[in-house]
Amino acid sequence: MKSDDPDITWVEEPKLGLTGRMYLPLLVQGLTTTARHLISPKVTVSFPEERPQIGNPLIYRGVHRLNKDAEGRVKCVACFLCATACPAHCIDIIAAESPWPDREKYPESFVIDELRCIFCGMCEEACPVDAVELTSLMDLTGRSREEMIFDKEKLLSVYDMTKDAEPMKSIALGGTV
Amino acid sequence: MPEYVIVALVKIALLIGGLMTAAAYFVLLERWMAAWIQDRKGPNRVGIPLTKIKLFGLGQPLADGVKFILKEEYTPGHVDKFLYSLAPISILAAALASFAVVPVGDRLPAIFGYGPFDLTAAPGIDVGMIYVFALSSIAVYGVILGGWASNNKYSFLGGLRSSAQLIAYELPMGLGILGIVLASGSLRLETIINAQASSGLWNVFWQPIGFVVFVIAAFAEAARLPFDLPEAEQELIGGYHTEYSGLRLLMYLVAEFLHMIMAAFLIVILFLGGWHFWGLTGDATGEITWGQAILRHIILMSKITGVILFFMLVRWSWPRFRFDQLMALAWKVMLPLGMVNLVVIAVLVEFQPQLIERAGGRGMASLLMIGASWLIGIICWAAVAWASPLGTDNRPVYGKIGAME
Repeated sequence: MKSDDPDITWVEEPKLGLTGRMYLPLLVQGLTTTARHLISPKVTVSFPEERPQIGNPLIYRGVHRLNKDAEGRVKCVACFLCATACPAHCIDIIAAESPWPDREKYPESFVIDELRCIFCGMCEEACPVDAVELTSLMDLTGRSREEMIFDKEKLLSVYDMTKDAEPMKSIALGGTV
Repeated sequence: MPEYVIVALVKIALLIGGLMTAAAYFVLLERWMAAWIQDRKGPNRVGIPLTKIKLFGLGQPLADGVKFILKEEYTPGHVDKFLYSLAPISILAAALASFAVVPVGDRLPAIFGYGPFDLTAAPGIDVGMIYVFALSSIAVYGVILGGWASNNKYSFLGGLRSSAQLIAYELPMGLGILGIVLASGSLRLETIINAQASSGLWNVFWQPIGFVVFVIAAFAEAARLPFDLPEAEQELIGGYHTEYSGLRLLMYLVAEFLHMIMAAFLIVILFLGGWHFWGLTGDATGEITWGQAILRHIILMSKITGVILFFMLVRWSWPRFRFDQLMALAWKVMLPLGMVNLVVIAVLVEFQPQLIERAGGRGMASLLMIGASWLIGIICWAAVAWASPLGTDNRPVYGKIGAME
């Protein structure tokens, strides 16, 4: 770096007037700023009593759910695209022959390890039938590791729990029903 | 056991208990102020244990204390064991002992024919101010011993930095006090308060330079922002107490808060009239009633709380000084200002009788004194700003041609 480099702009330190050198404006500025914040409204969310505002539930990446179709059947067709896309390898599917005529396979077991999941949303993006979705439930806790491994029933029950508050994203985002 | 021993022991117990509680709750207040200024709510959960009662988080100091006591008190293998344990004890003991001569109110009327009681642990010490100064100087020992005993380069450098700062600011602090001592003619804190209470003229009104010098020096002595270089937590790991943990660290932290409380006491007693408030506290001399005694105590305590709130507000208002600026402020600004203050106060005190005679009355003379000292104060401040000794720009000059080749 040379000092006559045309890309360098040399900035002179601004000259302070007498009041500036007396520190008075600085002292007053500092004190008024802190005093204003002292009485301004607080941004803390007292969590268990107060729920945080989730900006857009449609794009929030919380706990997974397995969607059901209009007849109450699981929408998943056990294509393994989500398990393939998953960078954390937390989705485990066992496919079986479908009992219904309109599809070939269905998941006999569909397990997501919520502790391994990194909530990246790749599964949701990969799903061709919009069966797996991420809800806006953000306070996921459990007392054991086993409890945090969500099987098909639990994932379907998450759907039942959240379907009223959050209708299937696929509809809102212009996907299949 | 003679009665005066019992009275002294009761006072000491009340004082130490009160100070420790105050230090703990000022930690909570500090955290609240920090939170409120940063638009947060601060600690508001800990209440009565095993219940759901939260009490706005007033149980937090207790929880903090229990945490510190239950933490492992780890002594690193490379330290000087004796000095390492001695350092926090010395700093805390000195900080507590300096409160012995500080009045926490005026006095209490007689109880069952015994008394009246002075609200000072060791009343009537004629060298009160010197005693406080001597003991607060021992804080330097705690700091430098802690840094030295830790046997760690950075702790030692932190200790050196802080001792340089504390020693540098003791001078302006002393100069700020000399004006008070000249005016009231005594080093006894009770006499200093009484002098202000009987005239109704708080020292801050006619010693503005002394007040500014003393307050800035008190901030630096208490190692509070903007002078908290000893333990600039964003830059250093903690300076001299890096190697400390558990109860010993707690001792350092409590001692620090006691220094701040001491600074607040001194500011209030020396400059803000102590327990005096116009029209409320009554006559300074003569008999005292229970109502007056309690009122005076409450007024003193609320003044001190106000000063401490100001300390905490300042912490988040202004950025920290650079070390060379800190030293320049002490030696090039505070020391000359302190000298000027001393001369001004000496002249005013010397010519006060003539002034009262000429101006025709005490009130008019006081007004003239206030006007003269404020005028000189503003001139001094402007002169400092004009000379601008803090503008020490020590960056290398790159702008000139050839400077960087």
